[in-house]
Amino acid sequence: MLAFILRRLLQSLIVMLAVAFIAFLMFRFVGDPVEGMMGVDARLADREALRDRLGLNDPFYMQFWTFVKNAARGEFGISYRLQQPVTQLILSRLPATIELAVVSASLALIVGVTLGVFTAIHGRLPPSSRETLTALAAIILPALALWFLGRGLLWSFGAAALIFVSTAFWAKSFFSQAVMAVSLVGVSLPTFLIGIGLIFVFAVELKLLPSFGRGQTVELWKGWSTGFLTKSGLLSLILPAVTLSLFQMTLIMRLVRAEMQEVLRSDYIRFARARGLPESTINFRHALKNTMVPVITITGLQLGSIIAFAIITETVFNWPGVGSLFVNSVQAVDVPVMAAYLLFVALVFVVINLIVDLLYYLVDPRLRVDGRSGRA
Amino acid sequence: MTETDAQTPVLSVRDLVVDFPLRRGNFRALHGVSFDIAPGEVLGVVGESGAGKSMTGAAVIGLLTPPGRITSGEVYLQGQRIDQLPEAEMVKLRGKRIGMVMQDPLTSLNPLFTVGQQLIETIRQHLPLSEAEARARAVSLLEEAGIPRAAERIDSYPHQFSGGMRQRVVIALAIAADPELVIADEPTSALDVSVQAQVIKVLKKLCESRGAAIMLITHDMGVIAQIADRILVMNAGRIVESGPVGQVIRHPREPYTIKLIDSIPTLNRESEAPVPAEAATPESAQDAYVRVENLTRDFSLGGGGSFFGRLFGGKDKIFRAVNDVSFSIRRGETYGLVGESGSGKSTCAKMIAGLIPPSSGRIFVDGADVWSAEGAASRRRNVQMIFQDPYASLNPRWRVGSIVAEPIKALKLTSNRSEIEDRVADLLRKVRLDPVAMRKYPHEFSGGQRQRIAIARALSTQPAFIVCDEPTSALDVSVQAQVLDLMSGLQEEYGLTYLLISHNLAVIRQMANDVGVMRQGVLEESGPVDEIFDHPKAEYTRMLLDAVPDLDKVA
Repeated sequence: MLAFILRRLLQSLIVMLAVAFIAFLMFRFVGDPVEGMMGVDARLADREALRDRLGLNDPFYMQFWTFVKNAARGEFGISYRLQQPVTQLILSRLPATIELAVVSASLALIVGVTLGVFTAIHGRLPPSSRETLTALAAIILPALALWFLGRGLLWSFGAAALIFVSTAFWAKSFFSQAVMAVSLVGVSLPTFLIGIGLIFVFAVELKLLPSFGRGQTVELWKGWSTGFLTKSGLLSLILPAVTLSLFQMTLIMRLVRAEMQEVLRSDYIRFARARGLPESTINFRHALKNTMVPVITITGLQLGSIIAFAIITETVFNWPGVGSLFVNSVQAVDVPVMAAYLLFVALVFVVINLIVDLLYYLVDPRLRVDGRSGRA
Repeated sequence: MTETDAQTPVLSVRDLVVDFPLRRGNFRALHGVSFDIAPGEVLGVVGESGAGKSMTGAAVIGLLTPPGRITSGEVYLQGQRIDQLPEAEMVKLRGKRIGMVMQDPLTSLNPLFTVGQQLIETIRQHLPLSEAEARARAVSLLEEAGIPRAAERIDSYPHQFSGGMRQRVVIALAIAADPELVIADEPTSALDVSVQAQVIKVLKKLCESRGAAIMLITHDMGVIAQIADRILVMNAGRIVESGPVGQVIRHPREPYTIKLIDSIPTLNRESEAPVPAEAATPESAQDAYVRVENLTRDFSLGGGGSFFGRLFGGKDKIFRAVNDVSFSIRRGETYGLVGESGSGKSTCAKMIAGLIPPSSGRIFVDGADVWSAEGAASRRRNVQMIFQDPYASLNPRWRVGSIVAEPIKALKLTSNRSEIEDRVADLLRKVRLDPVAMRKYPHEFSGGQRQRIAIARALSTQPAFIVCDEPTSALDVSVQAQVLDLMSGLQEEYGLTYLLISHNLAVIRQMANDVGVMRQGVLEESGPVDEIFDHPKAEYTRMLLDAVPDLDKVA
């Protein structure tokens, strides 16, 4: 186990070095930094002096080594655009991104797994036509009634949505069928459209939630500002978190559903039934744990991309996170920030993958080495 | 069992009809099945796959796979009608009053929970015991089911047990709440003969000590003969014949029963393999078509198990799967290799077929070393293999024609399309299949037909030597007889040499000229079949032979 962790850490180090090299190359290909820093009318001697001071006359590998050394210490130079240390810039933006990612990942995981299990259990048989008709009538008729009473479109939609959720209790196979259909929308609609749609409904029309920013923040510790502690901070979190989680949610749900259906057909589930265990134990204890390995893999990767590539959501909601910092830096060719961001993303993925690998061992005892392989 | 009528039967099934309403119409799986099981009685239910035996068991315990359902008929447990109970009531019955043992011990335990966790949850579900009491009961159940050092092993995971041990765990689980009836669905079919005998003993003992009735579903008449009191022969969803075991086996009345009993290869039948001219003494090595010399294969088990063993590069543990095995096969004959699972017979086969390299030792086929550079080329053409599971060894996404033609194309025997097609058609005819079969997919065929397709594939390169690894163990007895007939027919026709690997001693006796008995990688004994089976020298061979359930042993 220890050897496994050490080996994985070594591999991670190699990955990080490779990414660092790519990030380093960016500096060389984007043009001469001295050109940008000194302007056209600087003297040649001054330029030479600056080149020397910046270490640009050193051989290539020395420059790379200096870059890696500085990166390991968390120093990535000064942002061209904002004239602040890059590390400080990223750290000041990080809390916003992490909080958004954690909330939307938990949302995706909780709702996704629950719906996945539900649709797997109740979606085995298609709903009877009677069940479908009753459910559809129950959803559509009140909505139409509200519309005719002049309560407006949003009231009708709200009522329809509430009744739809309630079908989970009385028209189970209709609900799971419908959820599967709706989930297609979650997979196929682009994030920015969902974001703009939510802003239109909840911020512009209903004026319930703020449409941009993270509201008021409270400084916790060493510059970590949190939006969890104020009402406006929490309210601002809702829309971006929902937007960001919708795709992951549907993905996890479909994955859990497919895995779960596979597991429910297996012999040990049949045997668990034959042992007289109640359905809830079978579904949530025996079946769910067996679906976890692929779910952990995908969720881990998705969490990585939520943190690293929340760019679109952050842009739509003007969320002051790392993603929008990156977008702005790209526009201004702010190479130090881009390089640091690249390394940061790689670090996030490497760490998450390491955790995922360790979780496998926790979930599946068969992976814990005990010398029973290679039997003929 | 003469007073059976006086007592209430534990289980009583009347005119049970099970239907599967499918899109293309109704499929009736059971056509009015009726039977009784008295307390303490073992009822054996036999029949080929698809006969409805497992369906009957599933219907009794209320676990029919949807859309299957009981259309009519009644099921009584101790006089109480149970087929119409709501699901909530059925759940309370399962495990508590009806226990079930399923066929495959490797898949019927949840791999992510320890054996103890699964036992304790079952016990606490049915009996009002505390965690500690349930644990104590679990340990005693495991001991009763014949697991040594149960208290230590209770916290192991299922994969840390062997197949036979896992089946004991499953039995312990089935009897956890003292059920009145145990439905055992093929409890021993996935096990080795010696393990099978032990598991049967465990079942029988439990039945005696607890007075539980057992409904034993199996396709193996031998098992029934050994343990059951009464027998129920089923075919196509109907009961064909029933009665006391001895009577049905010795004097079967129905033609179906007679056919079923006749197709079972028995140990005592005279060997049907063509007897070679005795002129050539077996020892003359020149005569041997296949010669295996001092074959050894080691597997590395990874590090020493502990963290530090791995960390400091401790020496890998070595598992010697095959240890110094030598034998030879004469041209046109069959050599049988028997032994329990894990004895190294399949590893031997894989080395001979060129799938895994030996650690040391040499293999000659037709005088050429299989693992030398030049021998490998001729091996690919001359040596073919038939695998155990015809469901897994054919690519489900390929048409049969492509499957059979693949070796021809891979070895570039011909590249002309119409010639390939002709050859495939010819091969399919050889294995008694309609050449139209080449346009179909493997799932459209039954197990026996699939094994014929596998044989056609093996024949496609016109090999002289075929390694058959358990070719019939996944098949029904009557189908097994057909496949074995086909194999001996082909052998006579084309002078094929076979290496036949099987755990079924009767099959070996019927097919092979010579036999080798393997145990833990060592060839215990090797020689002509009749000599070894009639006068076994090794203790282990004798034990194996004794463990085979045989119809003649019926009381």
